[in-house]
Amino acid sequence: MAYHRFDAVIVGAGGAGLMAAIQLAGKANIAVVSKLYPPRSHTGAAQGGISAALGNTEEDHWQWHMFDTVKGGDYLVDQDAAEVLAREAIDAVLELEHMGLPFNRTPDGRIDQRRFGGHTRNFGEGPVRRACYAADRTGHMIIQTLYQQGIKHNVNFLDEHFLLDLLMSDDGSACGVVTMEIKTGEIHVIHAKTVLIASGGYGRVWKITSNALAGTGDGMAVAYRRGVPLMDMEFYQFHPTGLYKLGILLSEAARGEGGIVRNSEGEAFAARYAPTLKDLAPRDMMSRFIYQEVKEGRGIDGKDYVHMDLTHLPPEVIDAKLPDITDFARTYLGVEPKTELIPIQPTAHYAMGGVPTNIDAQVIRDEAGHVIPGLYAAGESACVSVHGANRLGTNSLVDLVVFGRRAGKHMLQAIQESELPPLPKDPEAFARAQVDALLTSTGGENIAELRAKMQEFMMDKVSVVRDNDGLISAKEDLAEVRRAYRHISLDDKGKVFNTDLLEAFELGCMIDCAEATIEGALARTESRGAHYRDDFQARDDANWLAHTMVYKGSGGLEMRKKPVVITEFQPKERKY
Amino acid sequence: MQYTIRIKRYNPEVDVKPHFKEYTVEAEGNDRVLDALNMIKWNQDGTLTYRRSCAHGICGSDAMRINGRNRLACKVLMQELGKKITIEPLIGFKVIKDMVVDMEPFFNSYKSIKPYLITGDAPSSGERRQSPEDRERFDDTTKCILCASCTTACPITWTNEQFVGPAAIVNAHRFIFDSRDTGAGERLRILNQQSGVWRCRTVFNCTDACPRGIEVTRAIEEVKRSLLIEQVAY
Repeated sequence: MAYHRFDAVIVGAGGAGLMAAIQLAGKANIAVVSKLYPPRSHTGAAQGGISAALGNTEEDHWQWHMFDTVKGGDYLVDQDAAEVLAREAIDAVLELEHMGLPFNRTPDGRIDQRRFGGHTRNFGEGPVRRACYAADRTGHMIIQTLYQQGIKHNVNFLDEHFLLDLLMSDDGSACGVVTMEIKTGEIHVIHAKTVLIASGGYGRVWKITSNALAGTGDGMAVAYRRGVPLMDMEFYQFHPTGLYKLGILLSEAARGEGGIVRNSEGEAFAARYAPTLKDLAPRDMMSRFIYQEVKEGRGIDGKDYVHMDLTHLPPEVIDAKLPDITDFARTYLGVEPKTELIPIQPTAHYAMGGVPTNIDAQVIRDEAGHVIPGLYAAGESACVSVHGANRLGTNSLVDLVVFGRRAGKHMLQAIQESELPPLPKDPEAFARAQVDALLTSTGGENIAELRAKMQEFMMDKVSVVRDNDGLISAKEDLAEVRRAYRHISLDDKGKVFNTDLLEAFELGCMIDCAEATIEGALARTESRGAHYRDDFQARDDANWLAHTMVYKGSGGLEMRKKPVVITEFQPKERKY
Repeated sequence: MQYTIRIKRYNPEVDVKPHFKEYTVEAEGNDRVLDALNMIKWNQDGTLTYRRSCAHGICGSDAMRINGRNRLACKVLMQELGKKITIEPLIGFKVIKDMVVDMEPFFNSYKSIKPYLITGDAPSSGERRQSPEDRERFDDTTKCILCASCTTACPITWTNEQFVGPAAIVNAHRFIFDSRDTGAGERLRILNQQSGVWRCRTVFNCTDACPRGIEVTRAIEEVKRSLLIEQVAY
């Protein structure tokens, strides 16, 4: 076992983790832990843009951005957090530019901006150009730029370390993490004053997903096992335009640039459901429109997909503004987007829920907002909540930089004001027990089969449209997968780069994330944002204008409600 | 369709030296090579080891030699390859296990060319201005995903471990030709050294290997030309 001592340990080297690291670099002794190399993080797969009310191409105001975020989230958004997001987005985007991010430019040399779903002028009147972008590889440029800054500031990266456990001191504060160095199999105890969970989402729980294979919810699950609640996990976004069968994301920028989604009759059906914004309706709605079209027999060839039509766009717009996604269509489907329609279907994309935090990214342990000292979360693994029941396109990247930055700044303050809490007794014991159980089990169950089974029933019963019977059945299915998980046996029992072991541990994390998702979805007997219950089709503000918090108690799961923070915008019906 | 996949295996805990092992998989023509590797790992042999993450050619994890060419396993479809496929780790870096090679020398080269914007203070308000034309000047080299396909396709890299390699030069290019950057001199001084850009023999392997379609050799030539033009200064 190796032991390290730091002021801060950051788990995850995507946008949120790196943004925090840059605040701390040179001012505190920090380590950034990633199970990948930092530029491999899934932030790099984000395509379309990062919103900020710069007003570079037309009038815009952060208040409009805040309103759109609140409405987009179906009024489950904490409005104090949405205000921070929309206000600080402007500085954050400029800071990225100052760091060197190569944004596309307007003719007068400013950052260019384009339209995106749900982003409007003057509180919903019509689309506005708010998304700052670098072609359709904005996330790639963000992860590259932040990694470059990390190198410039000599950030200490512990690459290819896998998170196994979160360490809590006896007084209830966080005091570090346990990791496995993948190359050697060695267990590391990383003792630190502050811990940031910035480990990303868990889209791999579903069969069709845009998420990387690494998107297995490790940070959320590891915290959940230590008694930290998970909030609003029932709100999982299905992006309407994933490549058919593959789930690979076809950016919303396609619609932002004028792409139209069509059914088997060639109809641009979004206009029927959302007369004002049409194809620029938010993602939860577009996914449900597609679901409905398919259900009513207007899927292509009677199957569960529809078409994205880019054929009317000027070829030079496609080449300049959508090069990567059109390349995906060519490479994986053999479709030429300039002349042919692209088969698409909703794909599991983004967790609105996660580890609950306040606006300084401090993790809270209850509905009253009491913080867990030393513990922070940011990015997709966190729930501030700025996305509420449905995230708007581009706001994930805004979330990363705004709250990653706030996390870093607050951690710096905490480091200066606090002492290093003592480690618990045998800090690596829990992690080692889990690893040893996986390495020594001879039960004969296969990781991939269990994972595929979970991905199937989560897709069938816990995706775009849900109901009580399906969720109860999913809960039973998951219990069965969990039982079988105790009997998986690995082919690889070695120490060096044991990805068999990693995949097994990741499956355990996914089971925990799925558990919290199903629990929240069962409890919430209403439809709101991305959570649509066929048996409770209306939004129910009287009972459910509240966040859910799921706890893994010793006696089973516990559910609590946390009130939503409402400041400016009273809940209204959500129409586009 | 049935494919036969020969994979070069090496596990330092068991093997004295690398050896080939053959697997048979049932795959569709439009499956990715990564899908086939996953089928083997998940259903036949869990010890098979490779890096992967995004599975659509953007994270740069799964570069390997596929039928003798450096490719991303997630960006090559089975139908491009024929029924017999050979998969080996990248050449030039130490093999840790199976397809996993030691990437530290690669990232060290990348870091050596100062891959970050070097410039004066940021404006007190607003963004730095840059014309669309100036932005376009370095667009190609912003696409790099640090997968190491180019660097490990370069015969110079195979024999000279001091050579910074194409990927590092591509990333230097990304900043040297960025109108906002003022660090060209520092980077060109580094690239003008023994281990720098003059090792390149213009073999074009790097351009062929790039899964992002970056004109790597051209970028290297542009860096060389900058050095010639500004020779007096550096």
